[in-house]
Amino acid sequence: MNFSEVFKLSSLLCKFSPDGKYLASCVQYRLVVRDVNTLQILQLYTCLDQIQHIEWSADSLFILCAMYKRGLVQVWSLEQPEWHCKIDEGSAGLVASCWSPDGRHILNTTEFHLRITVWSLCTKSVSYIKYPKACLQGITFTRDGRYMALAERRDCKDYVSIFVCSDWQLLRHFDTDTQDLTGIEWAPNGCVLAVWDTCLEYKILLYSLDGRLLSTYSAYEWSLGIKSVAWSPSSQFLAVGSYDGKVRILNHVTWKMITEFGHPAAINDPKIVVYKEAEKSPQLGLGCLSFPPPRAGAGPLPSSESKYEIASVPVSLQTLKPVTDRANPKIGIGMLAFSPDSYFLATRNDNIPNAVWVWDIQKLRLFAVLEQLSPVRAFQWDPQQPRLAICTGGSRLYLWSPAGCMSVQVPGEVLSLCWHLSGDSMALLSKDHFCLCFLETEAVVGTACRQLGGHT
Amino acid sequence: MGDWMTVTDPGLSSESKTISQYTSETKMSPSSLYSQQVLCSSIPLSKNVHSFFSAFCTEDNIEQSISYLDQELTTFGFPSLYEESKGKETKRELNIVAVLNCMNELLVLQRKNLLAQENVETQNLKLGSDMDHLQSCYSKLKEQLETSRREMIGLQERDRQLQCKNRNLHQLLKNEKDEVQKLQNIIASRATQYNHDMKRKEREYNKLKERLHQLVMNKKDKKIAMDILNYVGRADGKRGSWRTGKTEASFFLRNEDEMYKILLNDYEYRQKQILMENAELKKVLQQMKKEMISLLSPQKKKPRERVDDSTGTVISDVEEDAGELSRESMWDLSCETVREQLTNSIRKQWRILKSHVEKLDNQVSKVHLEGFNDEDVISRQDHEQETEKLELEIQQCKEMIKTQQQLLQQQLATAYDDDTTSLLRDCYLLEEKERLKEEWSLFKEQKKNFERERRSFTEAAIRLGLERKAFEEERASWLKQQFLNMTTFDHQNSENVKLFSAFSGSSDWDNLIVHSRQPQKKPHSVSNGSPVCMSKLTKSLPASPSTSDFCQTRSCISEHSSINVLNITAEEIKPNQVGGECTNQKWSVASRPGSQEGCYSGCSLSYTNSHVEKDDLP
Repeated sequence: MNFSEVFKLSSLLCKFSPDGKYLASCVQYRLVVRDVNTLQILQLYTCLDQIQHIEWSADSLFILCAMYKRGLVQVWSLEQPEWHCKIDEGSAGLVASCWSPDGRHILNTTEFHLRITVWSLCTKSVSYIKYPKACLQGITFTRDGRYMALAERRDCKDYVSIFVCSDWQLLRHFDTDTQDLTGIEWAPNGCVLAVWDTCLEYKILLYSLDGRLLSTYSAYEWSLGIKSVAWSPSSQFLAVGSYDGKVRILNHVTWKMITEFGHPAAINDPKIVVYKEAEKSPQLGLGCLSFPPPRAGAGPLPSSESKYEIASVPVSLQTLKPVTDRANPKIGIGMLAFSPDSYFLATRNDNIPNAVWVWDIQKLRLFAVLEQLSPVRAFQWDPQQPRLAICTGGSRLYLWSPAGCMSVQVPGEVLSLCWHLSGDSMALLSKDHFCLCFLETEAVVGTACRQLGGHT
Repeated sequence: MGDWMTVTDPGLSSESKTISQYTSETKMSPSSLYSQQVLCSSIPLSKNVHSFFSAFCTEDNIEQSISYLDQELTTFGFPSLYEESKGKETKRELNIVAVLNCMNELLVLQRKNLLAQENVETQNLKLGSDMDHLQSCYSKLKEQLETSRREMIGLQERDRQLQCKNRNLHQLLKNEKDEVQKLQNIIASRATQYNHDMKRKEREYNKLKERLHQLVMNKKDKKIAMDILNYVGRADGKRGSWRTGKTEASFFLRNEDEMYKILLNDYEYRQKQILMENAELKKVLQQMKKEMISLLSPQKKKPRERVDDSTGTVISDVEEDAGELSRESMWDLSCETVREQLTNSIRKQWRILKSHVEKLDNQVSKVHLEGFNDEDVISRQDHEQETEKLELEIQQCKEMIKTQQQLLQQQLATAYDDDTTSLLRDCYLLEEKERLKEEWSLFKEQKKNFERERRSFTEAAIRLGLERKAFEEERASWLKQQFLNMTTFDHQNSENVKLFSAFSGSSDWDNLIVHSRQPQKKPHSVSNGSPVCMSKLTKSLPASPSTSDFCQTRSCISEHSSINVLNITAEEIKPNQVGGECTNQKWSVASRPGSQEGCYSGCSLSYTNSHVEKDDLP
């Protein structure tokens, strides 16, 4: 594992272009575009204010930089550096900005969710969509970019509008049987829309593209409900994480629950491998940390090193006593992610914040549990293979694969990470720096994993 | 003794008192008190008693005493002390014999009473101790009863308390339930209220929003604008076209079409997948069905026999169905038409299979139950013992093998690197060699001895041959002479013989008789063969050394078996025994008869043997 030099960064704004050729990062009001391979600066754009949000267009030709404070969006072209575009939302304000899938329209949400303005870069046309719902995830595009679903709120009722992205024509408009819709999400195949209700009620509804209600699912009543939802990449499963600390998997045929995964703090099943991160005294070894420690190029580092140990089976994980009389209690499944091949599901139970649970979807059972020394900040699957990268906000990166897992000392404190398309590298973002981490193909990791394989 | 008195049963004493009272009443005696005492007190003789007696009878009142005693005794059923008087006037006289008898009887009675008393007293003692024991038991039981009663009371108390508690808890539970109900109601009401409030607030919010919208949007905010250098082309290369009123409908239709196309595609894809899955499942089902049928067919007859009426029809149905469904075409039909049949048949088959499996299970359990009976247990024990034994043996064998291996390895190892061992082994070899050499020399000596003996034998045989020759010549000449004599003096034959016998001795005479008989016997013996060879041998013996050598070797060879062989030959030669005898007697001059015979017959035999063996050899 190799690391690039450390670059400056602000507001954790660093993104790979969708085609994987470029890397955009922001430093205050400057936008820097680098070549992914050479890391040389290709373009440097200066915005009017500190950038708060950036987004690549789907064709990797444009970058959108949003400055919410000033209600401004600036768009830059990679092909024509001199090309510029500035959208001012004026007194209406701006709270969100995103590209449409065609990369020629920008959707700006005004303050108080008064409307969504659709700006076209092709024509001098503006269209408005009224009554967008102020919710966590109110806009979602199908993967093929044809349709957009939008959550709306009119007359104290929730609606979903489906637009055709090519001409922003309303295709379907239907009300949903929800108290207070919180999120919508298209299935990867673009034919089913999952709609879930507020956390006060456990309710998830599934709508077809043509607006028919396919199914409704509710696991229980009178308790805090859904916290997170994730579709499997095959569209076959819908994982629903809830405040009761369980993940329920629904199937795509009957939309009934197949199984539920509990996240107890005590693990008794001897089949499950529990990896526990353990502090290693710094004088013991250098470099890449894993179990067993493979020799890698990293030099001696000041902070103490750690490694994973396989815990003997009756394991009790560190739990957090949730404060239940406050809003948004730290309980329930807050993070959910399917591996790109749909074989694994990674979850985090928010009152066991140090642990990541990896579930085997083929066998519908727990596969492994990774307990880190500090709360998990983020995890992301490698886009190419079942490999999970985890960061906890410390100077360590954790990698898991079915063969085993390891902890790697990295420069900087990783608050967030994002994989490159190829799975060969990833950007590790810290508070005001970032660096690229190059994974040396399978050779190093593979051997490490193979050594680990004996224990799994 | 004093103790004794105190121990005596009061009842018993009182009884005796009544008796005594009765007696005293019947006849007041001067010393009735004393007698009473005497009766009452047991025999123990004290001085007091003597004094009583002295007091009872004095010189003066003998008569009275006697009569009193008599009376007393008669009342007790004893014979009278007086002699039976013939006349009433005559004074009755004391019958000494009766007195003595009475006394004796009294004494016996006394002794019996004593014994009885003793028994009674011991019994009394026993009973007393039993009583004590029972009393203690009783007291113990009483205590137990008391404690258990107390316990019971305690338990009852606890039960009561628990019941009380239970009641309280029930009450609490009820309260809690009520509370829960209340809370739920509150929650529900709160929820409705919250929703209501929310709606109200939202409406207000919406109003505000609307107002804001109007305010913001209607102001014609100059700031809301897009500053763009130049418009870019669409990603798909088409010109951007904004919808107008006319085209809207067509656009909408096109979009609808597209949407439905997408949906259709998805459904088609899913249907294809489901079809594939279905086909596979059907395949599996078919295979399972086939296997089920094949599995069930051999034992179909059994259930039919058993439950002919109830399931017989079912089975026949199954068979029909099986026949129908096994046809491939059925599987390609859509599910709806076949489904019912299929499910029914499968259900039936499944039922049969289930019953079969259950039956098997029952059998197995039965077998298990039987298995736990005596015989099998024993057999199992035996089996275990046997296996233990075998295991032990195996272990022993293994150990043996191991030791052997070790030894072998040691040997090998030492052979490879140790010269001394090889030397040692050489030593052993040398020793053995020497030993062998010694044996060899011994054998050689023996051989020499044997050869020497043989030579002597052959020499003797040669000598015998020579002698025999001479003798035959002699005989020939003698026969010739006799013949001549016979021809000349035929009538004097017997006399000549006699003369001759007198002249040549008895042995010769015998010989002669034998010889005269010999010609008669000869034809018979010729057929036998052995005499021929014998004669041949004997003739050839002296002549050819080669044959003698041969004989030697033969004899040498047949030395070991000579004894057996001799027995046989003895039998074989029986017909010419007479001849043999005569020769024997003749040869006895030369050597010992036993050895002669042995050698002779041995030789003859060896010869025949040689013939036989020669045949065998190639």
